Amino acid sequence: MSAGARAGDLAIETRALTKRFGHQVAVDAIDLAVPMGSVFGFLGPNGSGKTTSIRVMLGLAAATSGAVTLLGESMPGRLSRVLPRVGALVEGPAFYPFLSGAANLRRLDSADRAAPGRSRSARVDRALERVGLSNAAGKKVSAYSLGMKQRLGIANALLMPRRLLVLDEPTNGLDPQGTREVRALVRSLAGEGTTVFVSSHLLAEVEHMCTHAAIMSAGRLVAQGTLDELRAGESRVRVRTPDAAATMRVLAAAGLTAAVEPTPDDLGDRAGATVADAWVSAPASAVAPEALVAALVGGGVRVRGFEVQNTSLEDRFVALTGEGFDVVR
Amino acid sequence: MSDNTTAASPGVTGAVIAPDQGPEPRVMVRAGGAWALLVSELTVLFRRRRTWALLLALAAVPVLIAVAVRLSSQDPTPGRGPPFLDQVTQNGLFVAVTGLIVSIPLFLPLTVGVVAGDTIAGEAALGTLRYLLVAPAGRVWLLVVKFIGAAVFCLAATVTVVTAGVLAGLALFPIGPLTLLSGDTISLAESFLRALLIAGYVTVSLLGLSAIGLFFSTLTVVPVGAMAATIVLSVVAQVLDSLPQLEWLHPWLFSHYWLDFADLLRQPVDFSSFGANALLQGGYLLVFGALAYGRFLTKDILS
Repeated sequence: MSAGARAGDLAIETRALTKRFGHQVAVDAIDLAVPMGSVFGFLGPNGSGKTTSIRVMLGLAAATSGAVTLLGESMPGRLSRVLPRVGALVEGPAFYPFLSGAANLRRLDSADRAAPGRSRSARVDRALERVGLSNAAGKKVSAYSLGMKQRLGIANALLMPRRLLVLDEPTNGLDPQGTREVRALVRSLAGEGTTVFVSSHLLAEVEHMCTHAAIMSAGRLVAQGTLDELRAGESRVRVRTPDAAATMRVLAAAGLTAAVEPTPDDLGDRAGATVADAWVSAPASAVAPEALVAALVGGGVRVRGFEVQNTSLEDRFVALTGEGFDVVR
Repeated sequence: MSDNTTAASPGVTGAVIAPDQGPEPRVMVRAGGAWALLVSELTVLFRRRRTWALLLALAAVPVLIAVAVRLSSQDPTPGRGPPFLDQVTQNGLFVAVTGLIVSIPLFLPLTVGVVAGDTIAGEAALGTLRYLLVAPAGRVWLLVVKFIGAAVFCLAATVTVVTAGVLAGLALFPIGPLTLLSGDTISLAESFLRALLIAGYVTVSLLGLSAIGLFFSTLTVVPVGAMAATIVLSVVAQVLDSLPQLEWLHPWLFSHYWLDFADLLRQPVDFSSFGANALLQGGYLLVFGALAYGRFLTKDILS
């Protein structure tokens, strides 16, 4: 973590942030807390309000109600003071197609009053090098591929030393190589002390890069915390035993709500189990598994199998945002 | 220019973090930091092929006039065709004046409409508007920069017509001391000065339209829409200006003084129409500038 970032400081904080378009509530009273120095994944299906939240945070759109604090300053009131320290990629890259990649970066850099003109060319070159675009610097952006534009967009966010990077879907359109490079880049930036806020609908990406995450669904923030906290939220124990009733009693005594799992139709799945065996499962995040096993054995339960299932982030994500393929709104 | 000067930098709202605020990276705002965007805006404007195409089309107008007059067997009859056309064969400088008169009703508003209508909407359509604003350029300063860009284009457009006219006149017709409408004769050097004065008059004439275009441009993310609306409005204003039934309205139309620069061809120069025109254009600039400001400052940038 960088010098000056006190523990508990938040890089981004929103309080009951709400954005309404007519009758549609795009962002519904979200309370985000992004710690300084974290790599924060902002997860959610398409249309869940991620980009709208980012637009409001960056002062591009006005909140209907609620408050945003960026790097300790309130937005959009202190916008001119905060944004020079924030690099952003919002809803995909956008450039002047008739200018070269380097000229585009110089143009956008000149809009930042805090960016010194004398070092502009050097900073542009360094940013291009960092995203591997040095060889295409003089090429017109109209000749860039989607992945190259994406890299140029990230380069634009890196023109100045930043305290906070807001990257909206940074690996969109990148090939696997490019995706790996972006991950490495994010890690190295985080290593330098930059807080990175990455929105994504790709779970694997968040699991690879992030220390923290928040999950959006239909405009609401349904979960947030460290990745471990998010995963741990739903760990379950499963007990294979012929003594289902005794197991239920013991588990209930331990404070868990247990249930006998319905026997699956395919018997092959339970090969080796006698017909009398049943699986009893319970959400068990609060109790240590070894204590449960001791209690079960002590209670005379014949434990033939015991497993702890840590739900993957994907299970958690689907549980929170719904299984459906359709766009919710 | 010292590194931590904030004064006298337009649009800067004290973005200097005092050194005693701990190890935060110090955000320095240098005087002149804001001007970089203006320089960039003008560079981008004049690096676009479209801008050059517009200017070339404008330059073609006086050249075509000069060539047509030169090639026709008989001299233009006074009272037919655009004003001053009959003077062209006596003094080539009148090619520039005739070129302006022909361009003012349509060609100049057309090109100005394209540039002014594109100002904000063009950035919005490309998506670069959001990146300029999170840079942060500052919404007010961006509007000001965009208007200055459009105004500089107005100047470039009129100077292009005048320069192409003078050059075509030099090439195809005799050029000498100029006989003014008042009967006086002025030297060649002074006639060039008068030509520039007229270019200045026409530039000022187009500022009101530029402000209207800027306002339209804040209303949409489709630049062609803002361009078309601006151009259509310039035509409508001229149509209204030609209806005697609406005489009460005429002094309020931004196109009312567009062709009244003949006063600048008298000796001594009569600046009354210049003043009235500047006042009217200034009024349009204020009103539509305020509307653009009101619209753009609170606009949600969703493109």
